[in-house]
Amino acid sequence: MRFIFKTKYSQDINIAKHNGDRFWYSLLILIMVVLPLVLDDFYLGEISYICILSIAGIGLMILSGYTGLASLGHAAFLGVGAYTHAFLLTNGIPFYASIPVVIIVSFLVGAAIGIPILRLTGMYLAIATLALGFIAEHVFIKWEHFTGGNRGLPVPQPEFLGMSFYDSVFFYYVCLVFLIAAMFAAINILRSPTGRAFVAIRDSEIAAQSLGVNLGLYKALSFAISGAFTGLAGALLAHYIGYLAPDIFNIFLSLTLLLLIVVGGMGSLHGTVFGAIFVGFLPQLIAICRDYLPSSIGSQPGLEPMLFGLILVFFILYEPLGIYGRWMKIKLFFELFPTYKRQTFKKQKVFTKSDRV
Amino acid sequence: MSLFEVKNITVAFGGVKALNDVSFGVDKGEIFTIIGPNGAGKSTLFNVISRIYEPSKGEIYFENQNISKTKPHNISKLGIARTFQNLELFENATVLQNLLLGRHIYKKTNILSEVFFTPSARKQEHEYRLKVEEVIDFLDLQHYRDTLINGLPYGVRKNVELARALCTDPKLLLLDEPSSGLTNEETIDLGFWIKDIQSLLGITIIMIEHDMSFVNKVSDRILALNYGKILASGLPEEIKNNADVKQAYMGE
Repeated sequence: MRFIFKTKYSQDINIAKHNGDRFWYSLLILIMVVLPLVLDDFYLGEISYICILSIAGIGLMILSGYTGLASLGHAAFLGVGAYTHAFLLTNGIPFYASIPVVIIVSFLVGAAIGIPILRLTGMYLAIATLALGFIAEHVFIKWEHFTGGNRGLPVPQPEFLGMSFYDSVFFYYVCLVFLIAAMFAAINILRSPTGRAFVAIRDSEIAAQSLGVNLGLYKALSFAISGAFTGLAGALLAHYIGYLAPDIFNIFLSLTLLLLIVVGGMGSLHGTVFGAIFVGFLPQLIAICRDYLPSSIGSQPGLEPMLFGLILVFFILYEPLGIYGRWMKIKLFFELFPTYKRQTFKKQKVFTKSDRV
Repeated sequence: MSLFEVKNITVAFGGVKALNDVSFGVDKGEIFTIIGPNGAGKSTLFNVISRIYEPSKGEIYFENQNISKTKPHNISKLGIARTFQNLELFENATVLQNLLLGRHIYKKTNILSEVFFTPSARKQEHEYRLKVEEVIDFLDLQHYRDTLINGLPYGVRKNVELARALCTDPKLLLLDEPSSGLTNEETIDLGFWIKDIQSLLGITIIMIEHDMSFVNKVSDRILALNYGKILASGLPEEIKNNADVKQAYMGE
């Protein structure tokens, strides 16, 4: 087991808590950088897609995992980001200028939607965000000037730094850089007062308020930040898909994002990446499994959504902390071997809360 | 003029008057205890002060400023901190994070400087931490800095909540049943701490409490409530011998 001797406050503030962290994360980044030498275009495309999903996952994780607000309509923000980006590129705005605009637009859309919608809580908020997803889909269909409606909108693939987005190696690096940048931004938000305020709202609104956290403001801010991350992911997704149609940003995509954060592990940024890997490869896995199943099951069209739902239910029941939680348990098992106790992670329910304040 | 004054507060939930025309004043540096049987309206009073409940009538003054219309999240900025009867800690965060949230009202950074974690954001974290460490030393929480709240025993949680309130650097501290659920020994420690908060930190305390021996030991003045009305108020000795108070608690 590792014991860290702390002599400076900075040690609690820094992202890497010790040299082990530094070594392993550097190694991971190094592997990611040399990956194109080993993998072919198909797998690079898949990994780019996983990076995009991770960025969107970070957005939803900040909202649901850290602020405790459910959203079943996050595909709307992916759509906002994707359409804004495609529209700007079509009008000749270069890539490097378009991305900041996309982030700002999604941030503002998040704030504009968040301020009225966040008067609701719990189940009602979930329903409202679900409705938001449907409304956004219809806006994408009807606002033809901007989105091309049902005809769709081709996404220009401009030159950037002298490279083309058609080049899958280049696109992979772009996605990777944005994922790393998004990760750092999210970590920074979470280790500063705003991130702590989000956690405070999640765990006890009344105490947060009594400590001076403006609930309305911070909830809207969380929605806006979440929107900004997801919008950025949407812009990259536009390049990945190449041709935008409104029905891409449907309820199923929103649920995929939800599955991503639940499977990855609520309340952890590691979880977004684990979840994205899982969600990204699941369709391939299902496609492979189809061949081995009897045709009466294997050729059913609804197999994928059913499995997604089933997995979601199983994770909520048996591993609420997701893949990251499981990873922590395995790690602790080896650290404490042979004295690990299963009870360590049992959730205590000794102190029941009443609704009195 | 008192530091804190409640004037003719009435709170009605439908036909039930939880508080009926309650007025009192608390002087600077005092430990003022509110006692009363269950349902007397003690916690309602606290919730009116922290602006969670809207009074139907009456005003509250803090440092000669009417705070009856202040937004709930601005109360702590004025220098009023509170604890809760049923702990309201941030359960899935560490003790340190809970205490750092106590410094939230002093936040100067905006979201952009936080996204890039600029040197000013880092400096602010250090400043927060200095104050938090002072409180940790004051309340002997050194062992628990990195422990998650949901792994802590009840007594320590109570202590963390008190610490979190102290981190806001308040002028007035509202303690809702600070000794409930504590062992004898912990209650004795708490008595010393409350006295220290008064004398060393110069903080005025309003406290709701049931443990009468504890109340008599630490309080300067006591207010007894029953059915939303003031029964009596005065020095601990006077309250102990007050006929109305005896009747409310023991009948006859």
